[in-house]
Amino acid sequence: MSLDLATTRRIAKLARIGLEEHELEATRQKLNGILGWIDQLAEVDVTGVPPMVGTETETLRQREDKVTDGNSRDALLACAPETSGPFYTVPKVVE
Amino acid sequence: MLTGLTLTQARAGLTTRKFSARELAQAHLDAIARLNTALNAYITVLPEADVLASADAADARYAAGTAGIMDGLPIGVKDLFCTKGVRTTAASKMLADFVPPYESTVTANLLGAGAVFLGKTNLDEFAMGSANMSSAFGPTTNPWKRKGDEATALVPGGSSGGSSAAVAAGMALAATGTDTGGSIRQPAAYCGIVGLKPTYGRCSRWGTIAFASSLDQAGPMTRSVADAGLMLEAMAGFDAKDSTSSNRAVPQFHKAVGKSVKGLRVGIPAEYRAPGLSADVVAMWEQGIAWLKAAGCEVVDVSLPHTRYGLTTYYIIAPAECSSNLARYDGIRFGLRKDAPSLDGVYEATRAAGFGQEVRNRILMGTYVLSAGYYDAYYLKAQKVRTLIRRDFEQAFENVDVLLTPTAPSAAFAQGENMDDPVQMYLNDIFTVPASMAGVPALSVPVGLNEVGLPLGLQVIGKHFDEETVLSVGGALEAAAGFTHTPSIHAGAGA
Repeated sequence: MSLDLATTRRIAKLARIGLEEHELEATRQKLNGILGWIDQLAEVDVTGVPPMVGTETETLRQREDKVTDGNSRDALLACAPETSGPFYTVPKVVE
Repeated sequence: MLTGLTLTQARAGLTTRKFSARELAQAHLDAIARLNTALNAYITVLPEADVLASADAADARYAAGTAGIMDGLPIGVKDLFCTKGVRTTAASKMLADFVPPYESTVTANLLGAGAVFLGKTNLDEFAMGSANMSSAFGPTTNPWKRKGDEATALVPGGSSGGSSAAVAAGMALAATGTDTGGSIRQPAAYCGIVGLKPTYGRCSRWGTIAFASSLDQAGPMTRSVADAGLMLEAMAGFDAKDSTSSNRAVPQFHKAVGKSVKGLRVGIPAEYRAPGLSADVVAMWEQGIAWLKAAGCEVVDVSLPHTRYGLTTYYIIAPAECSSNLARYDGIRFGLRKDAPSLDGVYEATRAAGFGQEVRNRILMGTYVLSAGYYDAYYLKAQKVRTLIRRDFEQAFENVDVLLTPTAPSAAFAQGENMDDPVQMYLNDIFTVPASMAGVPALSVPVGLNEVGLPLGLQVIGKHFDEETVLSVGGALEAAAGFTHTPSIHAGAGA
């Protein structure tokens, strides 16, 4: 499968990476080179083979449903690039 | 020479009070001050007063007889492990000013065992790379040089290239690494040190900045195989905060080194005799086989038929997981922010400015293989092939105890080489990726120099949770090889 410019633009949008128009073509070529190489997987017969999810060395466990952490508001907000009082800030989304 | 010791030797010297933890720490701080400009192995060096205070606390524990297994040992920490109150960058502009409010489990375990942290070592951005060229803080230079060509700067391997260069050059007794597709083993081989990727689940991933969660695994980078065992004991252990953490008991790994390997069955996978393998690597592999035979191992040919699909499978699964993990860098809660009039605009501007090219490309590739219409053809297919790769190993291990392969297809290459074609760069990991896909433990041991004086490593791959046999065989290779070479740039050279 090969990637066209419209698809490259679409995945950049999905990934929320703002690529300039002139970067799109270079990106398309790089990704296409990798995809061409990856296409050799087509020759592997996987009929009846289950997908491997994680490395399956441990089974998932349940934990007690209780609070083990918390009251870290100020420490966490201190990592934010912009805050307002006890809040994260974002541009206005509703006019 | 305090900067040339193994962990084991340093621990003995501290125990007998031949030298103090403060002297040991000071010697390393001096070496870093002298060499880091040339090598760029550390992104952040901790303030001298803090390092010496940790060393003094270790000295007090030695005096009180309460020293832990890593007590007073100065080490480097890959800048992918969150360290409380110490900037943690992942070598990315995105996290250039990120100071975590918590400590990763692995580094907390090491601190609990008494280790003294010197600083945060350089890496490929978000651990994505094989040459340490993608760091936003500049590349790390390999302390080794080609014989007669001191001018050409070589790569230390990647992604744990700062860790491997620091340990090789005497700027830390050991360092932590993380390995997703070879990021501990390949740089260890390129810098002439030991690197161990434990079984997936041995070391907690909590607080380690995520790249590909089903593959990421922390491990030690050291100067001896016994040191790797010792340091893994300190790093490993069950952690309720990581859902994939193993609750198996942590053995005294270092005791496996020196154990007889007589009668062990060593598999040589036919598929690793890949085209493009350099002649010096082939010769070293043959030498390793001969050494293990002489030590009493039985060498048998085995087949891992899906080896050639390891890398391609990896370059679907790792980017897919990376695109999901790195979605968290949105400019809102932590890290870099670039302002724009809309919320989507903030995301797009932040992520375009914060991520370097290799990281961007991997996120885009991952987004593509997970997107509607392509998921089955790429991602689901890759997960199925991954099952086949794991079965290859399980079938081989019905017959043999360990596998012996080269760690990398060549010795370290020059900075700037392999940069234009990503596939060419990815091929450096051809021998390390399959063990990562299967989740089995693998060790790289330095065994000799090639004709231009660069170190070469051999890889020992073992069964799930059988690091001990891997370490025993690695110890036998180490004893036979007697690798004592040091690189051109070294704390002990010309001092």
